[in-house]
Amino acid sequence: MKYKSQKVAYWFFALSMLLLTLQLVYGFIMGFAHAGMDGLHDWIPFNTAKAVHTNLLVVWLLSGFMGAAYYIIPEEAQIELVSVKLAYVQLISLALVGVAAIVGYHFNYWEGRKFLEIPRPLDYLVVVNVLLFMGIILVTLFKGKRRTTTALVLTMGLLFAALLYLPGMLDFNSQVLDSFFRWWVVHLWVEGVWELIMGGILSFLLIKLTGVDREVIEKWLYVIVGLTFLSGILGTGHHYYYIGVNKIWLIVGGIFSALEPLAFLAMALFAVNMYRKGEKKHPNKIALYWTIGSAIVSFIGAGLLGFAHTLPQTNIFTHGTIVTAMHGHLAFWGAYAMIVFAIISYSLPNMTGRKFYDSSRGRMAFWLANIGMIGMTVAFGVAGVAQVYLERITKSMSFMEVQLEIEVHFIVLIIMATLFSTGITLYIIEFIKHGQPTDEALEVTNQ
Amino acid sequence: MLSKKQARAFFLGGTVVTFLIFIGLTVYSLSAAQDQSNIENLSESAIRGKYLWETNNCMGCHTIMGEGGYYAPELTKVVERRGEGYIKAILMSPVPWQPNQRKMVAYKMSKEEAEDMVEFFKWIGNIDLNGFETVVSPLAKDKK
Repeated sequence: MKYKSQKVAYWFFALSMLLLTLQLVYGFIMGFAHAGMDGLHDWIPFNTAKAVHTNLLVVWLLSGFMGAAYYIIPEEAQIELVSVKLAYVQLISLALVGVAAIVGYHFNYWEGRKFLEIPRPLDYLVVVNVLLFMGIILVTLFKGKRRTTTALVLTMGLLFAALLYLPGMLDFNSQVLDSFFRWWVVHLWVEGVWELIMGGILSFLLIKLTGVDREVIEKWLYVIVGLTFLSGILGTGHHYYYIGVNKIWLIVGGIFSALEPLAFLAMALFAVNMYRKGEKKHPNKIALYWTIGSAIVSFIGAGLLGFAHTLPQTNIFTHGTIVTAMHGHLAFWGAYAMIVFAIISYSLPNMTGRKFYDSSRGRMAFWLANIGMIGMTVAFGVAGVAQVYLERITKSMSFMEVQLEIEVHFIVLIIMATLFSTGITLYIIEFIKHGQPTDEALEVTNQ
Repeated sequence: MLSKKQARAFFLGGTVVTFLIFIGLTVYSLSAAQDQSNIENLSESAIRGKYLWETNNCMGCHTIMGEGGYYAPELTKVVERRGEGYIKAILMSPVPWQPNQRKMVAYKMSKEEAEDMVEFFKWIGNIDLNGFETVVSPLAKDKK
């Protein structure tokens, strides 16, 4: 840590950990319901649990990205944040809006559009919150002593993410148009601009952890985010195959979706090569685990598993089945959750001065969480493929009959989710053990 | 060897070109001539049905046009599959509907609301989904 104002990132990360914990609780509620145990139905029906589970994911990741920006931008721009007070105001308002939305979901107060369930009045508060956040970041960057590619890519990702929230606020009478523009938000976030954010954080971490020349890393960062947009923007078409729009999307979406794994492959190769090339061996091994792990797991989860069901010929059978949940879980985990864990693991010792760089608990957290998530992905995959064959291909069973047949896979899912949650718990214990950030950490930071 | 300047040009150029193509395709596929949804048949009742669909977050459990929660049945062709009376009975039921041990929230809708929902499902059921409608309809094993 080089600037006192970077400490504000800690509280965004703390909010992330809190919301992640809640997300896991609601994930278990859904897992048990799928396994036939829905004892909480009268208080938390499945649609409530699902909205809470997915929205908490979005909010804790956004909180993590914002924390990352508050940590990275001052260091890259070589200047303190323009206003720490406003950053705290932004943090508190983000938490309040998030909590209000989550509570509202328990009282049937939502928009009922997948991933964008947050009701309209709260949408406006989100916009104000994000404007405040972007204002702090952009003014800091503008006043900064230098403008690096890493900072620009990260900021572009955050700015585009803010702008792309707006199409989700358009009202349509037609379900087709509603769905069409909902994907402008959801797809262009997770398979577009969020990858810029991921790339920016990854670039920052690789510069710090490997010691490879910034110019080399940032050059390849451009190539990777270029590949991301080249494939990802038109790859939006894979969401348009079967929602009532022109067949042209079958061709465009099919071709460009098939290219999407290339961006993730490039990212994985980039991270591994920079690590191997680097002469500086930073002592923070845990941060390195999460950084390299994120690049590799995102390739498997987002790249390979996405490709597994993205061609129109496959997707016509898998569209709207549990196969999507298989891809979604490993993709979000690898690409976004792990990169947030990586920046937290890197920055926490620097903000608190406590250098738990290579603890056995930290390693256990990494391996248990990853093995658990891969196990969950396999359980979803087996259940999804069985569903596709029984219900869609052989048409030998109806939807509900199939659901009873595949309940057993959700027992496996719950066991694997327990392993995953144990890893997350260990990570959070490690987070708490670091204590709170302090200005004295400035003196002991080893960059 | 690729320079940083060339890499930046690749990023910016690629992004601008693909984004413009994306906008062009959006305009083309949403033009009136390309409509596959029979938008002219979208009645006020069906629009009210869509509002009910959203405000009750039906998508949190069910799927429609393949989008939703994967926890309850796909409803794209539900009118064809189940008939209007069955759908209305579930929506107006004062107690949770519980097929195959899986519970649905009891929405206790009025007759008018249930009719609006049926109109919404009817409109959805007539959309040309590029072949997906043949996969999800009929879903029931006795109608394959």
